[in-house]
Amino acid sequence: MAVTVPPATSPSRVALVLRQAAYWVTVYRRTWKGSAVSSFLTPLLYVAAMGVLLGGYIDAGGAQLEGAPSYLAFIAPGLLAAHIMQTAAGEVMWPVYGMIKWNKTYLGMIATPLGISDIVAAHLMFVLFRVATTSVVFLAVLGFFDVYTSWVGAVGAFLVQLLVGLAFGSVIYGYTAGLSSEAGFTVVYRLGVIPLFLFSGAFFPIENLSAPLEWLARLTPLWHGVDLTRMLTLGKLDLATAAVHVAYLAVMSAVGWWWSVRRLKRRLIV
Amino acid sequence: MLENRTDTAEAAEAAVSEDQSPVMIRARGLRKSFGDFEAVRGIDVEVHRGESFGFLGPNGAGKSSTMRMIAAVSPPTSGELTILGMDPATDGAAIRARLGVCPQEDTLDSELNVRENLVVYGRYFGIPKAEVVARADQLLEFVALTDRAKAKVEDLSGGMKRRLTIARSLINNPDLLLLDEPTTGLDPQARHVLWDQLFRLKHQGVTLVLTTHYMDEAEQLCDRLVVMDGGLIVAEGSPLELIRQHSTREVAELRFGVGEHEALAAQVEDLAERVEVLPDRLLLYTHDGEEALAKVNERGMRPAAVLVRRSTLEDVFLRLTGRSLVD
Repeated sequence: MAVTVPPATSPSRVALVLRQAAYWVTVYRRTWKGSAVSSFLTPLLYVAAMGVLLGGYIDAGGAQLEGAPSYLAFIAPGLLAAHIMQTAAGEVMWPVYGMIKWNKTYLGMIATPLGISDIVAAHLMFVLFRVATTSVVFLAVLGFFDVYTSWVGAVGAFLVQLLVGLAFGSVIYGYTAGLSSEAGFTVVYRLGVIPLFLFSGAFFPIENLSAPLEWLARLTPLWHGVDLTRMLTLGKLDLATAAVHVAYLAVMSAVGWWWSVRRLKRRLIV
Repeated sequence: MLENRTDTAEAAEAAVSEDQSPVMIRARGLRKSFGDFEAVRGIDVEVHRGESFGFLGPNGAGKSSTMRMIAAVSPPTSGELTILGMDPATDGAAIRARLGVCPQEDTLDSELNVRENLVVYGRYFGIPKAEVVARADQLLEFVALTDRAKAKVEDLSGGMKRRLTIARSLINNPDLLLLDEPTTGLDPQARHVLWDQLFRLKHQGVTLVLTTHYMDEAEQLCDRLVVMDGGLIVAEGSPLELIRQHSTREVAELRFGVGEHEALAAQVEDLAERVEVLPDRLLLYTHDGEEALAKVNERGMRPAAVLVRRSTLEDVFLRLTGRSLVD
């Protein structure tokens, strides 16, 4: 039996990343059922509880809700972006830590022609896949609640989620890559994910915060994702502001990528 | 099963040693430091094609650090290192494409079943899907895991996991197989099965490099070995050469009452090239053990038990690296 091992002198980076497709497809086929509840069902429970039921009591709209016709239309894009942050975070905390420390899957991978950047790229592509499927389901269900003003806005909101997922996924990946104890994840949740989830304008306009806190909220990454998503679903796009949001999230993704590769290299190539 | 070896080590052809067989590994003054700690303190090693080469040494001797540098996943701190005729600093991926690595700790993926572990790993080398599937089935047969193909990794015994790890390290038909303590933690049956499989690979022409602290393993598998201690090579040769150089042909073991050995050692000192005092026995290193025993009897000493045996690699190892524990 002849085995064709392609000369590894110079396989392209893309080819090296794609060589990991079989791994991620197999892992997903094995684990998708478990992730389905948290990815697809939990956020919809939020929409039902906060948007439909709680929103029914909130007698506001228009000026007080950044131009949204109802509380549901206001909260839905915020919940989407916030949920994408949590999905991306969940995919790059314990799973990455496990592949470094428990399963040592990465140690097996680096013994092959794959390089550190190939491994990080394939993992983040899987995160993007999870973000994409989660967003599609979320956006499709929101379609029944009449929260979109245009198709273009809905598609735009989908693309923004990829950027939000990449920004959070890459930065937290970098954080995890250098972590020596899982206790560090509690810190991320308590000081990062949960405060961002609650105070980044997903549930209420950040103008309701006191001035210093409002400015603090404007500096945090999730607010940029929430505001951008909301502009698109409400059809109230301000190009200059949108450009700032996109630039913020793109720079965060780029920095996160650089940090992830650097930290994983220091961790594994010793 | 490893027939397709015609182009073995073509890059190594450039580096041919005095005896004309291609050099798979060449290290000169190789060093590795972790902060202030120097794990490998300047070693010279040369491994040739088809050879079975061992690194022996106690824990902390620098064996694993050396292996990781050879596996092109750990950059040397200083010194020269050439693997398959290439420089790991610049051609790491090309080197790794032709290596098989069986790490000390299993890195099998528990998310995947037994067969998937092989197929997915083969894809990392860019082996086409259909080929890697066929190859995986062959390897499962080779390591006697065919009936476990669909089992979860966590349901395998320790020996089965090692066999699967070895199968995985062979998925790319490597020119050079690196095994870091391949049988540590296995029961005797599992060790013998693994030895048998490694022996078959050796006969198929695979170059094996292994680390171990089991002397019987080294005697079984290694054509040539180095003994490492404290990051340095302290001896080098075939198992037989090492025994000749560093021990005597035979060892006579004498057991007396507890506590008497220290005092009695002086009385037999002249009967052996070297006498070693252990808490429970005296070891007389001598060319002729029976003759030494006869003289012990002539002197009226009456040991409770005696044993004459051939010197083993273990005698060499303990002589060179000492009996004290390394933690």
